[in-house]
Amino acid sequence: MTLTALAERPSPRKPITADQLDLKLPDELIVAGVERIRECIQCGTCTASCPSGRRTAYRTRLLMRKTLLGLKDDLLKSLDLWLCTTCYTCYERCPRKISTVDTIITLRNMASAKGFMIPRHKEISKQLIEKGHLVPINEANIKRRAELGLSELPPTVHSHPEALNEVKKLLQLTGFTKLVEG
Amino acid sequence: MSTLRYAFFLGCIMPNRYPGLESSIRRVFKELGIELVDMKGASCCPAPGVARSFSFDAWLTLAARNLSIAEEMGLDVVTGCNGCYATLREVSHEYHAKERIREKVNSYLSQIGRSFNGKIQAKHVLEVLYFDIGVENLKKFIKKQLNLRAVVHYGCHLIKPSNKRPWMESVERPRFFDELVEVTGAKSVDVKDKYMCCGAGGGVRSGVIDVALDITREKIENAYASKADCIVNACSFCHLQFDLGQVEINKARNTSYSMPIIYYTQLLGLAMGFSPKELGLHQNFISVEPLLKKIGTA
Repeated sequence: MTLTALAERPSPRKPITADQLDLKLPDELIVAGVERIRECIQCGTCTASCPSGRRTAYRTRLLMRKTLLGLKDDLLKSLDLWLCTTCYTCYERCPRKISTVDTIITLRNMASAKGFMIPRHKEISKQLIEKGHLVPINEANIKRRAELGLSELPPTVHSHPEALNEVKKLLQLTGFTKLVEG
Repeated sequence: MSTLRYAFFLGCIMPNRYPGLESSIRRVFKELGIELVDMKGASCCPAPGVARSFSFDAWLTLAARNLSIAEEMGLDVVTGCNGCYATLREVSHEYHAKERIREKVNSYLSQIGRSFNGKIQAKHVLEVLYFDIGVENLKKFIKKQLNLRAVVHYGCHLIKPSNKRPWMESVERPRFFDELVEVTGAKSVDVKDKYMCCGAGGGVRSGVIDVALDITREKIENAYASKADCIVNACSFCHLQFDLGQVEINKARNTSYSMPIIYYTQLLGLAMGFSPKELGLHQNFISVEPLLKKIGTA
């Protein structure tokens, strides 16, 4: 996935037709906890505050507009959805106090449920499922720990197999494992 | 001072990629009289950028399991990673705020014989140092003044979302971390976009690394422009993004960035008289030798 993939997004100049709209989308976000989403006045403070938008074609304001219009399919398939670093600057500055980050996280949950995940995200999620850590220990760091006088394995699930089983079970129960492994 | 005890939550990157940060927290806290108790069998927090983005339920439930371990120990949690802090603090917040979430998560947890009742809090290492120990008290432990120019990088989730954080300061220009840094004698320098993200969060590092590294590059450039000797951080993920990130940028763009990156308790540890080795400073990818030379501990 490179930045050039961003150029493949549909042209905003194309007319939008009614069959592209899912009018229930804003309500879905409200149920998920983004109560104030309809208060958006498209001022663009979010876009102006965004470190990702500063260097790519990603525009938070556009994402908010598409959400309110109900352009669900376009949103969920878009790489733009994954350019937010969740820095919360837009959230802090929004004059309408809209939970912009929660909007993005909720849309990402919807995208993931439909199978739209970046391959690398699936790979690291498999580490969580197998090891209980998104970033598990490796040989180099076992050595580095020993060098510092720390236990070779940290006192986490890495040292407690029965605890790892608990994590595995919860990831299955909550549907995470199915999401990642299909 | 009465004994302070906390359950120590490690997360992933700190114990598994930068154990020097863990070592520095353990040593500094011990010296300050704060007892850290290991959380046996804790897992990934899980990360608020990736795990939460894929499944809100899985994120909440795994976080509640981690919190339940500390609750069993009867201790509040302390963590030195902004990502873990975000997850643990926000999940414990959701517990107080929403009954619907409490019931749902406990129905999952009951199937592994656990429950979480929201009786404990999650704190950041800096929160314990700033509120429990205090800047004035901290000064009594300083053995060596560090003559350094430091860029203080807060990291996003240390301070935001501000309605779920304890700092009671402007989120645009907070000062508490600068105060903590200046205790060591280091000068917190003015720097462009001081409060901007490191670039790693939200799954951007793992998903779209070009963008993550471009944000990092801008932060590093700004640090050079402010004539800083180092970037001080308080998050294992920011630390990785700045340290390993420079290696990645240098490789991808044929640059030669070598800005030393230092975690807060490593800096504090140096000022308290610990050796760079004890603090794991030699384990960074980007050498910290220029910084050690300047303060005379190389």
